[in-house]
Amino acid sequence: MSAARWAGGPAGGEVTVEQTERHPITTEADVVRVRQVVRGLAVTAKMSLVDQTKVVTAASELARNTLVYGGGGSMTVDIVHSGRRRGLRAVFVDSGPGIPDLDLALTDGWTSGSGLGLGLSGSRRLVDDFAIESSPGAGTTVRVVKWSR
Amino acid sequence: MDVGHGDDWVGPLSAERDGVLTRWIGLVGKVLRSRLSEAELARELGDLYTALLGGLREGGTDLDSESFGELRALLAELSGTRARQGFTPRETAITVFALKGAVAPVFEERDAAYHEYTRFSDFIDELGLFTFETYAQARDAVIVEQSDQLLELSTPVIKLWDGVLAVPLVGTLDSARTQVVMEKLLEALVETGSRHAIIDITGVPAVDTQVAQHLLKTVMAGQLMGADCIISGIRPQIAQTVVSLGIEFGDIITKATLAEALALALRRDGFQLRRTNTAGGR
Repeated sequence: MSAARWAGGPAGGEVTVEQTERHPITTEADVVRVRQVVRGLAVTAKMSLVDQTKVVTAASELARNTLVYGGGGSMTVDIVHSGRRRGLRAVFVDSGPGIPDLDLALTDGWTSGSGLGLGLSGSRRLVDDFAIESSPGAGTTVRVVKWSR
Repeated sequence: MDVGHGDDWVGPLSAERDGVLTRWIGLVGKVLRSRLSEAELARELGDLYTALLGGLREGGTDLDSESFGELRALLAELSGTRARQGFTPRETAITVFALKGAVAPVFEERDAAYHEYTRFSDFIDELGLFTFETYAQARDAVIVEQSDQLLELSTPVIKLWDGVLAVPLVGTLDSARTQVVMEKLLEALVETGSRHAIIDITGVPAVDTQVAQHLLKTVMAGQLMGADCIISGIRPQIAQTVVSLGIEFGDIITKATLAEALALALRRDGFQLRRTNTAGGR
């Protein structure tokens, strides 16, 4: 049984990839590095300061989820082109216990841990495209894209 | 471990001490260039060589044995200093490995030269690995030290006015740092009898839910101590991100700048700010 929720999604068109990096997320220090890497690429993609901050914050949330709830995993990040748009795509993968109820997990204020319960739902609002796939026992994959305006 | 005949080597190695040392210093000096004076290098390598011969004289080639205690101590000291002085791993390792090249001529003149040289070479490899291990340990220690220092450095509690404290936060706000900030702030509140605390986040690059949660906890702890807490330094991009994330700061007072927060704290204490001389004004 597998569940997926898609919000937005690139409006068709081909996506070309420019620069791909993969970073492990196994310690708190890796979360810090993820933020730095994403900020660097956001600057490369010529995002505004607000968009940089938003995508960095989303990456920080998702990386911490990967670490805390997924038991560690990795982030693959690249700069993507679609038509004339340029953006940053980040994919967070873990092979943890998975999320049994995605709708619940995406509800503001709900948490299975001790956080504020805004990480997943909040980061969905911080990016342009947000996709999550998870099934119990098979880990979780979250894919986000932020387009520069 | 190999308990070979280390003492076989002692004779020729002591006899040719000067020659070996000169070649060794030459080889190491070429890599380290001007980073170490020749006199210093000569002293270091001379000490090492003496300790090495001392250990071999007792028989074994087992680096872990007691006879090599002095050599191990010297190597640990050397690699520790190198790590602290910012030498690269290569520059550090070459100090030991260059000894192979330096002693090669000594073995060439002996019977069964190849066999013996291989054994000696293995022994030097052991020394090299030991040096490298201690080098890495020293480097790790430096890193831990630095992050501890950073933790301390980055969380000063500043008295802005009688009864008004400020904590300027810079960098990443993780759990460990929040703990330090909270403790320092609460202590300072008691010590100075202050009624206002301003937490300034101008230097925090991103406020995610964890940072927000840490901030909220610090503010709540301050309020429990009877202090008015203000969060200042909320830049436009942070404000927009916090709103998108859906974080609510509740009835906690926030200000865009530290100056505004100070002005508010002073007003609450009944101070009035007034310019009495317009000559210097614009």
